[in-house]
This record gives sequence, structure tokens and C-alpha cells, in this order.
Amino acid sequence: MIDSLKLKANFPTLRRKINGHPLVYLDSAATSQRPVQVIQAMNEYYENYNANVHRGIYTISEEATNKYEGAREKIAKFINAKPHEIIFTKNATEALNLIAYAYGDYNINENDSVLLTQMEHHSNIVPWQLLAKRRKNKLLYAMVDDDGFLDMLEFDAHLQNRPKIAAFTNVSNVLGTINPVKEMVKKVRDADAISVVDGAQAVPHMKVNVKEMDCDFYAFSAHKMLGPTGVGVLYAKEGLLQKMEPFLGGGDMIKEVDYEQSRWNDLPWKFEAGTPNVAGVIGFGAAIDYLNKLGMESAREHEIGITDYALNRLNEFEDMTVYGPRDAKLKGGVAAFFMKGVHPHDAASLLDQQGVAVRAGHHCAHLLMKKFNVPATLRASFYVYNSKEDVEKFVGALKMVESVLKK
Amino acid sequence: MDIYAENVLDHYKHPRNFGKLEKASATYKDANPLCGDEIEIQLRIENGIVKEVRFGGQGCAISQAVASMLTEEIKGKKVEDVLKLEKEDVMRWLGTELTASRVKCAVLPLMVAKAGILEMSEKK
Repeated sequence: MIDSLKLKANFPTLRRKINGHPLVYLDSAATSQRPVQVIQAMNEYYENYNANVHRGIYTISEEATNKYEGAREKIAKFINAKPHEIIFTKNATEALNLIAYAYGDYNINENDSVLLTQMEHHSNIVPWQLLAKRRKNKLLYAMVDDDGFLDMLEFDAHLQNRPKIAAFTNVSNVLGTINPVKEMVKKVRDADAISVVDGAQAVPHMKVNVKEMDCDFYAFSAHKMLGPTGVGVLYAKEGLLQKMEPFLGGGDMIKEVDYEQSRWNDLPWKFEAGTPNVAGVIGFGAAIDYLNKLGMESAREHEIGITDYALNRLNEFEDMTVYGPRDAKLKGGVAAFFMKGVHPHDAASLLDQQGVAVRAGHHCAHLLMKKFNVPATLRASFYVYNSKEDVEKFVGALKMVESVLKK
Repeated sequence: MDIYAENVLDHYKHPRNFGKLEKASATYKDANPLCGDEIEIQLRIENGIVKEVRFGGQGCAISQAVASMLTEEIKGKKVEDVLKLEKEDVMRWLGTELTASRVKCAVLPLMVAKAGILEMSEKK
């Protein structure tokens, strides 16, 4: 059982007062808060063993390398992967771009197609558009129904066209929809295609097992799961990574450099050029420790409870549209909604004045906004440190917004 | 900082000069696609003076309220004086500070009015 009130004490920013009100942070889908344990782990690196990794044959460099590679092992275990299948990037967006460039450029040609969905975040759409510009291939889309579920019949139909790659999200950052990824990966494999899964909103919130899922590529970010900004992960099957060309070239990803060509380093370093975000990865390791201590089953249970309570309270409002599945068990801890007669930006500003932080905008999902015919929505998202009291304050603030702004 | 002060809400809920203008000398429309604010301004200009002005569109309270305030401010003004209006004047009408993210909402109506006037002058 998660005691979110007790947890809050670990998160320094949550002590802030906004306009005299305690901060109620409901935007973890944008970035999560970071516990002192993560902040301290990073400071400890900078203060006690600040050195570059993989290079020095001296104590502090070895310490830094051990901590860095140790974090990689923790992260691998967290998703049931092997350490050399974990590549550190800047964020999930960079991981998805890495696939489009280092795999896509060499495997996609003019008559090929790439299958995406209407609920994708821009980070899992734009890299494929850029690929299509370079390789002149087609893009196919599986649409979302009005309840926020992926049209699986359409997905199946598109697979008949034999796309080379199918890229889709594990959990939608707007609708919260949890896609049947294991099933989808199998269908993609049966259609002889490569599966790319965007796990940015999944790994922070629920147990993910990439071996069981059997996906070819999986991407996520540290900063959405209590880790620092500037670190992301690309998981990929060993066999694929061996065959792929590197993404970025430079130091550390080579074994030997000659004038005309170079020999690549082993996995995973073949895909990690230059000095990495050492402090960030070490901080990420501390975040994994924190989550393991909480337990991902408990985290998910807690989130379902909070989301369920929030969805029920949102039902009290007339003229309120809530997007995506209405059953909290089928939904990540994300609730996008629209109050008729109130512009999301006005609502967000007024909520802020009462200390409540939610997101207003298109959430990097223009295709979904087009589908629901709104330029923007509000979005409240929950994580392990959110409590029922947070939801109550949110609802109270929303009622005030409605009375002030509703036309 | 109370961006929803009474004057703002008053203009938002009871907009002045909202609607269509017959025999408009200048019509211009623009939007902030990211947030969905749309503003259309229509002006009737005679002898270099704004005789009549109407606004239309939809969007957040800030952009709508400013559009309403703008129409009251520029009616009877010389065209060249309207063109001299800047962001600072808009902030003065609002009577409050805006966070960086909302400034775009506030300046949209003024941009539309100025663009309409400039387009009309170019056509002549």
C-alpha cells in the first residue's frame, strides 16, 4: 500500500506554495517529480567521484564507470532485458529517432510502408515522416474510436499490406489507453514486420517485460519515472543491434579508428558516442531503486485508485467531456478532459492561481486533437506521490473555474 | 496577479462590438493554431479615422476580452495612432501582468487590427 502523503516528503518541489496555496502537481505525464534520493545520487557523483567513464585507470573514473554501468544493469533488470540491449539516449524521442535513422534508413525503401496510429505522440510520428521524406516510403495509420481504443480491425487490415515497421504506443499520453501490445507485437511479427513500441507512459507506471512482449524496439525516458531529465532508453533485441549501423559517430563507440574506416565497439557502446550524461544515468539508477522499493504492482494499484476517484469526481460536472477509456483499470493514470464554454488555457491559468498544476494544450498529439475536433484539452495526470486529497483540491479548483469562467 | 480581474471577465462575458460589420473598409482574420484562438476584426475607416469596428471569433478569455477592449479603444482614433499601439498598451488595458505563455493570446487582436489596416492601405 502506498502512503502518498508520506511519499510527498521525499519530493522537495512539492513543498512549494503557489500563490499561497500548496502545490498540487498533476502533470507527471509531462515530467515526474524527483525524489531527494535521485538528487542526492547525482550530487554525490559530482561531489565525490566526478570523472569521465570508460576511460581512466584511476580510482574515481573506475567508481564512475561502475556506478554508470551498474545503473544500466538495474534498468535492464527492471524491464527484463540484457544490459547490452540497453542503450542510453537523451530521452525517448531520441531513442525513436535512433530507430528511424539507424534502422529505417538501411531497411526501408520506396515501395515499403510504415504503420503508425492516430494516438501517437509526435515523437512517434515525426521521425517516421522524416524517414518517409528520405526514403520515399508510405505511412499508414490505424485510427482510434470515440471511446479512445485503437481500431484493431483496421490495424489488422493495414498489416495485410505488409508494412516493414509498425510503431505504436504502449500507453497513450492523452487518452491513457493501454494498448494490447503483446498481442499487437505478435501480429506484427506474424506479418514479418518490425515492432517499435513507445513506452514513455508505460514503464513509469506498470511492470513492463520486454522479453515477454517480444518487441523489437522499446523506448522510454528517465524523467517520467522519477529520474532526471536528459536520459532516455532504447531497448532493442541484440540481433537487430548487431546488424545495425551506428547512429552517432565519435569516441567510445569505436574499437579502432583508421583513415577511411573504423571498427565499431561492442554492444551497447556502439550506440553511445561521446561522453554520456553520467550524472543523469546514475540518478536514473537511484530512481529505479526507489521504484523497486515501492514495487510496481503497488504503484499501479495506487494509480488505478486515484484515477478511478478522479474520473468519478469529474462525472459531477455537466458539460464535461473526458477522453479515453472510462474504466481506470484500462487506463494509465491520465485524464484529458474539456469543459464546454471554458477555454483550456483560461482554466489552466485559474487552476494555477489555486496551486493546481495541470497541462493545457495539444499534448504533442495533434492527430488526436483533430479527431476530437478540439484545439486543446486539459490534462491531469497522476503518479505515486498523488493522493486523494490532491484530487479533491483539483475538483474544488475546477468548480471555482467553472463558476468564474463558464459562459 | 489576477488575470481574471473583473474588467477582463466583464469584457469576456459581455463583449462590446461583437458581430459583423456592413460596408467594412478592412477585414482581417488570424489565429493561434496551437491554442485555438481565432480573431476577426472589421473596420470602417473614413477620412483616416476608425468610424466603426467589430470583432468576431472564438478562443480564450484573454484574447476575447482584449478584442472587446481594443474595439472600444480604437473607435474614433486616427489610423496612424492605431498603428502605433503596442503590446504595452494592451497590458495597460488589461491592468495586470500576464505570464509569458498568455501574452500571445493578448496581442493577437491588436496584431489582427494592425494587419487589417496595413492590408487596406496597400490595396489603395
